[in-house]
Amino acid sequence: MKPGPFFIEIVQVAALLGLAPLFIGWVRMLKCWTQGRSSAGILQPYRDLAKLFSKNIILAENASWIFRFTPYLVFGTAILAGGIIPILSFDLPLAPTADVIVLVGLFAIARFFTALAGMDIGTAFGGMGASREMTIASLAEPAMLMSIFTVSLANKSTSLGQIVQVIYSGQSVLRPSIIFALLAFILITLTETGRIPVDNPATHLELTMIHEAMVLEYSGRHLALIEWAAMMKLFLFVMLGIACFAPWGIAGTIDFVAVLTAFIFMVLKLAFIGIGLIFIETGLSKMRLFRLTEFLGAAFLMATLGMLSFYILE
Amino acid sequence: MIFSPIEIASLSILVLFLLPALAVLLGQNQRVLVVVCSFLTGTASLLSVIAGIWTVGSRITGKIVLLIGLPDLPFHLRLDPLAGFFLTVIGLLSFFVSIYSAGYLRGFIGHRPVTRLVVFYALFIAGMFMVVLADDALFFLVSWEVMAAASYFLVMFEDEKRENRKAALLYIVIAHVGAIAILLSFGVMAGIASGFGSFNGYTFDAMRQAKFPVEWATVAFMLSFFGFAAKAGVVPLHVWLPEAHPVAPSNVSALMSGVMLKTAIYGIVRVTFDLIKVFPWWWGAIVLVLGLVSAVMGVLYALMQHDLKRLLAYHSVENIGIILIGIGLSMIFTSFHLPVLAALALIAALYHTLNHAMFKGLLFMGAGAVLHATKERNMEEMGGLIHLMPWTAALFLVGCISISALPPFNGFVSEWLIFQAFLLSPSLPAPLIRLLIPLGAALLALTGALAAACFVKAFGVTFLGHWRGHDRPLVHEADWSMRSGMLMAAITCLGLGILPTMVIGWMDVIPEQLLGSKISTSAGAAGWMWLTPIAPQRASYSGLVVLLGFIVIFAAAYFILHVKAGRIQRGPIWDCGFEKINARMQYNATSFSMPIRRIFGYLFNIKEHFGPAPQQAHPAFPRKLHYFLRVRDRLWYWIYKPVIKSSYWFSRGIGNLQRGRIQTYLIYSFITIIVLLVFVR
Repeated sequence: MKPGPFFIEIVQVAALLGLAPLFIGWVRMLKCWTQGRSSAGILQPYRDLAKLFSKNIILAENASWIFRFTPYLVFGTAILAGGIIPILSFDLPLAPTADVIVLVGLFAIARFFTALAGMDIGTAFGGMGASREMTIASLAEPAMLMSIFTVSLANKSTSLGQIVQVIYSGQSVLRPSIIFALLAFILITLTETGRIPVDNPATHLELTMIHEAMVLEYSGRHLALIEWAAMMKLFLFVMLGIACFAPWGIAGTIDFVAVLTAFIFMVLKLAFIGIGLIFIETGLSKMRLFRLTEFLGAAFLMATLGMLSFYILE
Repeated sequence: MIFSPIEIASLSILVLFLLPALAVLLGQNQRVLVVVCSFLTGTASLLSVIAGIWTVGSRITGKIVLLIGLPDLPFHLRLDPLAGFFLTVIGLLSFFVSIYSAGYLRGFIGHRPVTRLVVFYALFIAGMFMVVLADDALFFLVSWEVMAAASYFLVMFEDEKRENRKAALLYIVIAHVGAIAILLSFGVMAGIASGFGSFNGYTFDAMRQAKFPVEWATVAFMLSFFGFAAKAGVVPLHVWLPEAHPVAPSNVSALMSGVMLKTAIYGIVRVTFDLIKVFPWWWGAIVLVLGLVSAVMGVLYALMQHDLKRLLAYHSVENIGIILIGIGLSMIFTSFHLPVLAALALIAALYHTLNHAMFKGLLFMGAGAVLHATKERNMEEMGGLIHLMPWTAALFLVGCISISALPPFNGFVSEWLIFQAFLLSPSLPAPLIRLLIPLGAALLALTGALAAACFVKAFGVTFLGHWRGHDRPLVHEADWSMRSGMLMAAITCLGLGILPTMVIGWMDVIPEQLLGSKISTSAGAAGWMWLTPIAPQRASYSGLVVLLGFIVIFAAAYFILHVKAGRIQRGPIWDCGFEKINARMQYNATSFSMPIRRIFGYLFNIKEHFGPAPQQAHPAFPRKLHYFLRVRDRLWYWIYKPVIKSSYWFSRGIGNLQRGRIQTYLIYSFITIIVLLVFVR
């Protein structure tokens, strides 16, 4: 039996929506364990979301349509990206919509509107969050693109499906350029998804927060959408990394067995990556804002080294 | 066929030249004058758009020889697809801006006569049309001067302000330094073309036929590139741009930033790809490097501004840089005989030219609407305008998204194409350039991200939050004509963003004629919805699907969540429970860019001072704090100050010769005669 072409899209988006909170729950649970606390359980993010969805919204009196529009847009970009990144299969009908550069653009538009929403109410926190977020993003985006360019130069394509295919067909030699690109990509993932050492997802301490500062005024289902989208963003960055650097397991054909295998591979990879993330997060402390230039500079340097080594050695 | 495109274009120029006479007749009744002239410039622009689209679409090349000009040196006009493309760009924005002007100029009525503005506005547009139609050096320079002089008077419109006079002077000086360089460049080319024997080399046709020795070609290219760069505002020749663009009336700023700079791009493309044709790769490298420097410096300068129009003016420097990156890449690819890649890069550059005209025009029109409503250009005083000017805010936002290169709007398409061109650089045989190119891609990425930061600031500070100034003026929404001008530009931005394959298919004839290769068979290979330069496996993008995806997901989420409609309560601002919040506590333009100022501060000349304000009751109990910040352009001190100083010194030295005494002058004559007797025997 051959499922229709949009079957895989639906499965992917469903996996994204369903597994992103689970992944966050897994990461939080591990973090509690490594820090010697007892955790709220792996399912706590679902309960948080359910609670937020059932609550009423209290909107600031001067909130404009941008403030109300942003949660839907941020959520929409995450889902759209979930239909494009090869999570389970690289034979996606929506894949030609966007290559890697467009994906970076999609995340950028979500960020653009989040920052605007932060400024909409006119509190000092919102503006502070927006200013910091855009500053950090403007340093992170070149590094991100450089890292991705190195991968796409090595695979002669910027479309993710094609990259996966080339990695499958090619001899998987350990290339120095790819290693550098991977290191840069990890640093950028930590930055873009607001993890330690860049931003602390658990804190609400005013002086250190970045992403949280922008969404302080949100409540109810708006907040639920934003939180969910943030969870999906981490999930998607991990999936993007998997597709670019370690795609093994992603299905090429669309049949139930292949997709199921891909699903199992994905869950295993996520479990491992969660453990890795926790090692980084417990091993480091949050950096001061102006130390971040060094952090992101390091990411940029590694991505550039990767690209230079591609040009020189390959 | 009754008319050919070139006749339509000439007709439009004729209308624009007759308009000043009409303006003088109607000068008594300013209201009628504004309406009639806006209508006529709009019609003339529309005619040019028709001529341009027609020319490019059906690949016609029309020529006219006008027997005016100097004796025996008639004016040549030629409308080929390249000229047609620029005619379309200029005409389209002039059309939108003319509609906008009908409302905008009404704001001046009762304060000052607008006859002068209307007259020079028409001549300015006519000058730009003539520049792209010119087919000989003489007519080109005449048109170039018409354009420059008309825009000078437009910058000078509010000439009671000292700032405006200074800006206009700086503008006209740099424009003429550039014009001299262009004149010399044409002189070199015309000389080579006619073998220094006759005057016939002044037509572009003669230059096209000529084969230039490489050293003379280099001289000609460098001179013309210098001249055009001065017009385009390429760093380090950009200093006039942020002075002159903000002080002009906003409809003029829109045209100056949106399309006048593009005539310089046209000049570069025309001279390089059409007249000289064969060139070494390092010309392209120079263009590429200058483009990168302009892009990064332009956006960083823009981030430091708190004057809305000045900020936009610096963004023109940035976008001209991006266009030059595309042109530079195209030149490099051409010199290595990779015509398909060169065509891709040239298409990217031209597409960005069109895009920039649309969104920059839109943004300047929006800034004009804000200025019109609040009488304020300083963003530090603004805020919360989205509630008072919802239309302007939404349309300005479209411009912000487009210029920040975010999908699915148009700025993204052209930057994406440039990135694709960068990623094809491994095909180049020269190792040096292969090392340069990855850095270029990174700098372009940095530019895009900083532009997004800058427009979050511009939009957020101007339209969101609360009014930051002390007392808010009576703000009103822009009237229907201003709104419809902006609306059309915004729709064009979206259309260019979601239908790139059609536009590229239309303009593909330009690289086909200049470089002998086109990309549309590959760009539209997978159907009109998917933009796939080179090959579908290589990269693909569909703005339409992104837009539809947004709409579908948005609608789905909205309807699912509103089945059980949770009530939305409006309440006071929470702000972590802080109660005494006031409008002065908001982030403003200066504080928003503080982190970036700190990170990239070494590129600027920054003077920052913070402390208790003077003259207070007791210094131990400061009631008021004083913050002083001045960000200046280092290049002004490194390049322009020394030039200005030395020219003053030099002219003062010359001035010393003139003492106003007859005895001294007699001594001069005596020395001259002696010298002549000694040397000229």
